[in-house]
Amino acid sequence: MKSLEELKAIRNKMQGQVGLRAEDSSQTRVVVGMATCGIASGARPVLNALSGLVQEKGLTGKVAVTQTGCIGLCQYEPIVEVMEPGKSKITYIKMNPDKAAEIVERHLIGGHVVEEYTLNSADIK
Amino acid sequence: MMTEISLNVLDVAENSTRAGASLVRITVAADTAADRLSITIADNGCGMTPEQVAQVTDPFFTSRTTRKVGLGVPFFKYAAEAAGGSFSIESEPGIGTTVTAVFVLSHIDRMPLGDITSTIHTLVVYHPETDFLYQYHYNGRSFTLDTREFKEVLEGVPFDTPEISAYILDYLTENKLETDGGAVY
Repeated sequence: MKSLEELKAIRNKMQGQVGLRAEDSSQTRVVVGMATCGIASGARPVLNALSGLVQEKGLTGKVAVTQTGCIGLCQYEPIVEVMEPGKSKITYIKMNPDKAAEIVERHLIGGHVVEEYTLNSADIK
Repeated sequence: MMTEISLNVLDVAENSTRAGASLVRITVAADTAADRLSITIADNGCGMTPEQVAQVTDPFFTSRTTRKVGLGVPFFKYAAEAAGGSFSIESEPGIGTTVTAVFVLSHIDRMPLGDITSTIHTLVVYHPETDFLYQYHYNGRSFTLDTREFKEVLEGVPFDTPEISAYILDYLTENKLETDGGAVY
């Protein structure tokens, strides 16, 4: 069984660096809808993909991945909202882990909104 | 429709966090000899009145205002009952809510448990303000994850720190493997 001793060692290593990661207003927030509608549509792997990639690409100081409840657009779940300071909110719809990886590459790293996945591009009648 | 029991667990436990619970106890217990899989999610959140409990398994009732249907609990109830099991909710305002679902393991209509490790990891990492006591039992063996113990060790280092998040995932994965020997059910 894995013990808490290992956790102590990680804590000792991390303690000096924690202050750098506190959420602040200059951070981009990435929010995943995690109500019944989101979960049933596959929000859990999307959330895990986003947070995994944000960590892998070393974006944790710049980007905070969080979750929320029902956004009210259940038919478009899984939904990911990207809120960059000083810019209007971008709502990505019908996400999956592959599309989430594209969002990380093209939007969070590259700075360009992935238009084809946004709510704005959806054919809403 | 949910495709895994573990997604129902995630959904119901999310309700617990929204009910203001400071502690959510999640128990997953599989017993192949008894042919049962029991799931319990117990919180100390705001609780419900007897009238609300009576309404909560009705898919067209919800306390939420974003839309008029609430499917989470009805999904879970149906999944258990369709698999020869049972479902119950006990709740008291100001005390909390306990949801129990029992499945017949060998029932052909039982959905798989799925990635319960990912569910617990998601809950723990994204709800740092809520404590979770997770117990996993398989044929008499068990392991526990108690976020209160983790917090004591961590002295303020947050769960979403990449190294800590990875440790929590490893802790859940390795200990589950040692408990159930990698059984898939």
